[in-house]
Amino acid sequence: MKLQQLSLFLENRPGRLGAPLEAIAAEGINILTLSLADTAQFGILRLIVREWDKAKQVLEDAGWVVNLTEVVAVDLLDRPGGLAEALKILEAANLNIEYMYAFSLRRGDKAILIFRFEDPDRAIQVLLDNGLHVVDGDELMSFVP
Amino acid sequence: MLTELWNDAEGGFHPASAPDFLPGRALQEVQLRRLRAVVARAYQNVELFRDRMEERGLTPDSIQSLEDIQQLPFTVKTDLRDTYPFGLFASPMADVVRLHASSGTTGKPIVVAYTREDVDVWAEVMARTLASCGLHRGDILQNAFGYGLFTGGLGAHYGGETLGATVIPISGGNTDRQIMLIRDFSVTALCCTPSYFTHMIERARELDVDLRNLPLRVGIFGAEPWTDGMRRHIEAEAGIKAYDIYGLSEIIGPGVASECSTQEGLHIFEDHFYPEIIDPETGEALPDGQEGELVLTTLSKKAMPMIRYRTRDITSLITEPCACGRTLRRMRRIGRRSDDMFIIRGVNVFPSQVEAALLQVEGTLPHYQIILTRDQGLDRMAVEVEVTPEVFSDKIKALEEVRARLAQAIEHILGIRVELRLVEPRSIARSEGKAKRVIDRRND
Repeated sequence: MKLQQLSLFLENRPGRLGAPLEAIAAEGINILTLSLADTAQFGILRLIVREWDKAKQVLEDAGWVVNLTEVVAVDLLDRPGGLAEALKILEAANLNIEYMYAFSLRRGDKAILIFRFEDPDRAIQVLLDNGLHVVDGDELMSFVP
Repeated sequence: MLTELWNDAEGGFHPASAPDFLPGRALQEVQLRRLRAVVARAYQNVELFRDRMEERGLTPDSIQSLEDIQQLPFTVKTDLRDTYPFGLFASPMADVVRLHASSGTTGKPIVVAYTREDVDVWAEVMARTLASCGLHRGDILQNAFGYGLFTGGLGAHYGGETLGATVIPISGGNTDRQIMLIRDFSVTALCCTPSYFTHMIERARELDVDLRNLPLRVGIFGAEPWTDGMRRHIEAEAGIKAYDIYGLSEIIGPGVASECSTQEGLHIFEDHFYPEIIDPETGEALPDGQEGELVLTTLSKKAMPMIRYRTRDITSLITEPCACGRTLRRMRRIGRRSDDMFIIRGVNVFPSQVEAALLQVEGTLPHYQIILTRDQGLDRMAVEVEVTPEVFSDKIKALEEVRARLAQAIEHILGIRVELRLVEPRSIARSEGKAKRVIDRRND
């Protein structure tokens, strides 16, 4: 049920984002979605790609420090309050969200969100118990171009 | 009998090492005889030295005991610059068989000269150095010190050959080839700067070469100060024993002092290099055991004798007998050089202090660089630290914590504020010789 997310360290200065993206593009790896978290001095680029193991290898060979993290994708009705409801469920279960970002594609009337939980397994259980749909890797890959 | 004295499991005894085991009195007799001869030689042939002796009303006969050395004038680095290129030579050029020069950071280099005899002494002390690090005939020594004007390469080369080891004169640089030869030639010993070897470890890992599974068993490291933490890192990562050696071009090059199997201080080859420790402020000799600036006198150098040369290296002498059996006095590892030191907002800072803080937080030493700048008259110190897989996280909060912990550790040791920047792996230039730890842009 979990997705593999790659994170890499970047300095926060012009031109730093391009190089890793070019490195994986050169291997024909497409980025399904990405998120960039930054401070004044550095940033963390988080990527979801289909061939994450190959991408990790490519990036590490090119000298980046790459971290592999399990994240959870959840699809939610794309209407006002859709996300708020899901957050209420997580809050009620006392699940801490480290960070989250939106997947770049919509699926019908659903928006897909990527969550980084401290305890992804319990989070998945809570989401399923509450009737939410967790999108696993195969399913995600099945509808992305 | 001497073989019994030097009975380390890994090391063989080499005849060149015999003077390492001289009884104290015999050693002092050799020292005094040689001291008187070298003072006379410098007095006769080096104008600068003769002038300074005369100013003090001294003649070579003023030296009657080893303690009398304290009357003699110091020689300092600027003396070599001021007399550039050949002003301190005590031999005619016809007797000089080799010149080396050090990279002066500003202006002219420092030139040093060797007669045939000097080259032989150098080979002898380097052979003793290597023997002291447990090397012997049959060892395959990859010499990654730079060959050329720098004394490291040729010094280790001649020493290795004198010892009877098989020397690979690869010089510095071309790290991938270094690793290939370590593996393909079944190299058992390697010498270079500790920072360059750290880089080799890093590169070997990228190439999927596990140095711990290779025959390499000894690393001989010198030419820059390094910490015990760095030694532990090198020994664990490469599966070797890492020894510290000491030397400087002005005295002879590498081969002035070396650790032995105990790794507790460096034995000074004091039958050739007479050590003193002085208070760097007052120039007064300090008692054994007290920390101060190391001053060396070359007892047997012919082409370019150095009398009471101020090394700028801070250490202390250990007079207690060493478990290895060597009777030579030891000096503690050089943690700092008074010319590596920089002063920021009135605080004396040594790069080794920053290193200690980084090690404390990360466990291993990351690549780092200190950058000094001046902003509207105020000095600022930034430390750039490369992110390692061990500390990297996908969470900003975790990285900010690492950054804060590193900054706090440095601030705690130095007592001044630093700007700590996490930088990308391999963004700090790697050195194939001495690492450049401090970039001072305050006067740019």
